[in-house]
Amino acid sequence: MSDSPKHKRQNRAIGATLILSIVGAAVFIATDIYNAGPQAEGASIAVSLGALAIALIAWSKQILPQTQLVSERPPLPAPHSGPDSASETFAEGEREVVSRRGLTGLLAAAVGTLGVAAIFPVRSLGPMIDSLFHTRWSPGARVVDGDGVPVHRGSLGVKSMMTVFPEGYTDSQDSQTLLIRTPPGTVPLPPDRANWAPDGYIAFSKVCTHAGCPVALFRATDLLLMCPCHQSIFDVLQLAARISGPAARPLPQLPLEIDADGFLHAQSDYHEAIGPSFWERPG
Amino acid sequence: MIARLITWLDERLPTEGVIKKELLRHVFPDHWSFMLGEIALYCFIALVVTGTWLGFFFHPSNMEYVYHGPYQPLQGVKVSQAYASLLNLSLSVPLGLLMRQTHHWACLVFLAAIICHMMRIFFTGAFRRPREINWIIGTTLLVLAMLEGYLGYSMGDDLLSGVGLRIGDSVALAIPVVGAYLSYLIFGGEFPTPWVADRLFFLHVFLFPAVIAGLIGFHLLNVLIQKHTQFPGKGKTEDNVVGSPMWPNYALKSLALGVATFAVLFALGGLTQINPIWQYGPYHPQDNLSPDQPDWYLGWLIGALRLAWPYDLHVLNHTIPEPFWPAVFMPAALFGFVYLWPWIEKILTGDDRRHELLDYPREAPLRVGVGVTVLTFVILLELAGSDDIQSNLMHISVEKLVEIYQWAAFLVPPVAGFIGFKIASELRARAHIGDEVKPARVVLVRNAAGGYDEEAARSV
Ligand code: FES
Repeated sequence: MSDSPKHKRQNRAIGATLILSIVGAAVFIATDIYNAGPQAEGASIAVSLGALAIALIAWSKQILPQTQLVSERPPLPAPHSGPDSASETFAEGEREVVSRRGLTGLLAAAVGTLGVAAIFPVRSLGPMIDSLFHTRWSPGARVVDGDGVPVHRGSLGVKSMMTVFPEGYTDSQDSQTLLIRTPPGTVPLPPDRANWAPDGYIAFSKVCTHAGCPVALFRATDLLLMCPCHQSIFDVLQLAARISGPAARPLPQLPLEIDADGFLHAQSDYHEAIGPSFWERPG
Repeated sequence: MIARLITWLDERLPTEGVIKKELLRHVFPDHWSFMLGEIALYCFIALVVTGTWLGFFFHPSNMEYVYHGPYQPLQGVKVSQAYASLLNLSLSVPLGLLMRQTHHWACLVFLAAIICHMMRIFFTGAFRRPREINWIIGTTLLVLAMLEGYLGYSMGDDLLSGVGLRIGDSVALAIPVVGAYLSYLIFGGEFPTPWVADRLFFLHVFLFPAVIAGLIGFHLLNVLIQKHTQFPGKGKTEDNVVGSPMWPNYALKSLALGVATFAVLFALGGLTQINPIWQYGPYHPQDNLSPDQPDWYLGWLIGALRLAWPYDLHVLNHTIPEPFWPAVFMPAALFGFVYLWPWIEKILTGDDRRHELLDYPREAPLRVGVGVTVLTFVILLELAGSDDIQSNLMHISVEKLVEIYQWAAFLVPPVAGFIGFKIASELRARAHIGDEVKPARVVLVRNAAGGYDEEAARSV
C-alpha cells in the first residue's frame, strides 16, 4: 500500500520540499556567520520557512485522512443545576449585604471618596500647564542661530529665512522662531506692532498653530511659509496669516529690535501662546 | 512523548476529558476567510519574538551626545542614545537590520490582518448573538494595536517619529478641558521632555503588549467555548459545527499558515527597506521633512487632519482647537459606531436570535451598504493622507487635491454604500430565484382513453 506510485510521488515531492527547507536554514546560518546582509539573510530564512510551510500543507492534505467531524454546540444559556440560577444566587447575596440601608449609603460614599483620592497620584506625573503660555524669549534676549551664533543685521540677505533661538536656549522646542528679512516697507504692520520689524527683519513662531510641527518650508519668491505635516501655508507679507490648509490661526509674531552694534534682540516674549490651540487658550 | 505527558497530567489534574473533547477533537469549519484572524495571531507572535530580540539592543534614553560611529553622514551630529542604539542595531549588529525591518513589517501586516478579519466578521454577521463579546474585544484589539504601532515607531527618536509624536501631542492638547493636563501627564511636561523615551519604552514593551496578549487569550478562549461559526451547507445547523478536528488535521494546517506568515514577514524584512531612520536623521525639534508619511494604519488620521476646516471654536474665553474634530471626535465617533454596531443592527432588523450559521454578505444588503459607506470614507481619508505625494506625481496643487478630497469624503461614501446595497440586493434576489419558483414535479398518468392526466402536482 505504501509503495503505490501515488505514495511514492507524494513522498518525493514532500521530501524534496523539506530538503529545500533544510538547505535554506543552512544557508541562513552561513549568511549570519559571514554577515551577508539583510537581503541574503531574509531570503534564506524565508525560503526555509516557506518550504516548510508548503511541506506541512501537503502533509495535511495528502497524508492525513480528510476527517470531517460533527460536534454539538453548547446550549445557551447553559441549563443551571440546582434551584437557583447564578443571577438569583448573586441577587440573594446582594440583599443580605445591603440589608442596613443607612450604612450601605455611607459605604458607597467612602468607596467613592477613596476613588476620587486615588486619581490624585497622577498629578505627580506632570507639572502644571502654565509653561504652555510662555517660551524662553524674554525682553532683550539676544537672537542666535541654531549653533548659538548671534544674529547681526548683516547676517541675512533680503528675502531669505533662518531659524533662530533666544541665546542659551537653542534646544528649546517652543522658542524656535523663523527670522525672515523682507524688503523694507512690504509688510503692512498694524499700529500696535509698528516697531516690531526693524529694517524689514520680521520673526514668527516656527511652531505650526495647527498641530505643532515645525513650519520648515520657505518659498523665497513670494515669501510663503509652508508646514509639511498637513500643508498649512502662511503668508509673510500678511503677518503670517494662513492662506490655505487646516491651521486656524496665524503664526504669532515676535517683537524684535536691533541694538547699536547691529545685533538682533527680542523686545519681549510672544504676546500670545504659541503653537497648537488648547482649551485654556483664550479666544 | 506528548501522549505520555497528557497521561501524566491527567494523573494530577483531571484534564483528560477536556483535552480530548475540547482541544484535540475540537471541530473547526473549513473556509479560507476563517484564516485571517490566525494570520493576525501569528503576526503578533512574530512581533513578540522579534521585539524581544530588539529589546536586548535598544537603549531608551533622550540623553544626547555627538555621534562617532560607523555611519559616515552623521559623524559629529548630536543624536540621542535611543537613536544611536537603533543606528547601531541596524548597521552593526549581525541580523540587526533583518530583525528590525521584520518587526516593522510584522506590525504593518498585523494591522492589515486584523482589519481584514474584522471585515470578514462584519460582512458575514459573525458578530451577532452570542458573539458580541468577541466583537468588543476585537475592536479594542484593533485600537490597541494601532496605538502600540504608533508608540513603537515613535521610539526611534528619528526625525519622522519626532514629528509624529509632536502631532500626537497636539492632538492630546486639542481635547477640551483635560487636553493640556493629558499632554503633560503623558510626557511629564511640555513636549518634548527628557522622559519621552523612557515612557514610550515602558508603554510599548510592557503595558500594551501585556494587555494585547491578555485580550487575545480571552478572544481565543471565547472561540474555543462558543465554537466557530460556519457557513450554511449540507448537514450544518444552528446547533452543530462541522469541520476538521483540531488534531491532527487543523493543527497541521494552522501550523503551516503560521510558518508561511513568518516566511513572508522575513522575506519582506530582508528584501524591502522600511523606516530607514539613518536617512531621516535624528529628531531635532526645529527640523521637519517633506513629504511626511506615517505608517499606513495612521494615514487616515493624517488625512482627516489635512482635510479638516481651519476653525478654532471659542466658548466663554476657552478654545476648542481645530484638530479636536478630525483627530479626536471623528475617530471616537467612528469607533463608537463600530463598537455599537451589533446592537444597532438588532434595532434595525429586530433580530436578536442566536446565530451560529453565517450570512453570505449578499444576504444582508443593509449591512453591506453600511459597511461599504464606512470603508469608503476611511479609504478616502487614507488617500488624502498622502496627498503631498499624489500632488508631486500628478502635478496638481495640494490645495486643489484637498478640495477634491473634502467633497469626495462627504459625497462618495453614501453613493458607494448605496451601490453596495443595490448589488447585494440584486445578488440576493438572483441567489433565491430557484427557491421561489421551484419547478413542481408533475406525474403524468396514462388514462384509459390513451391520453395523459396530471396526477397531483406536488413540489419537492
Ligand atoms: S502641523 Fe502644520 S499643518 Fe498641521
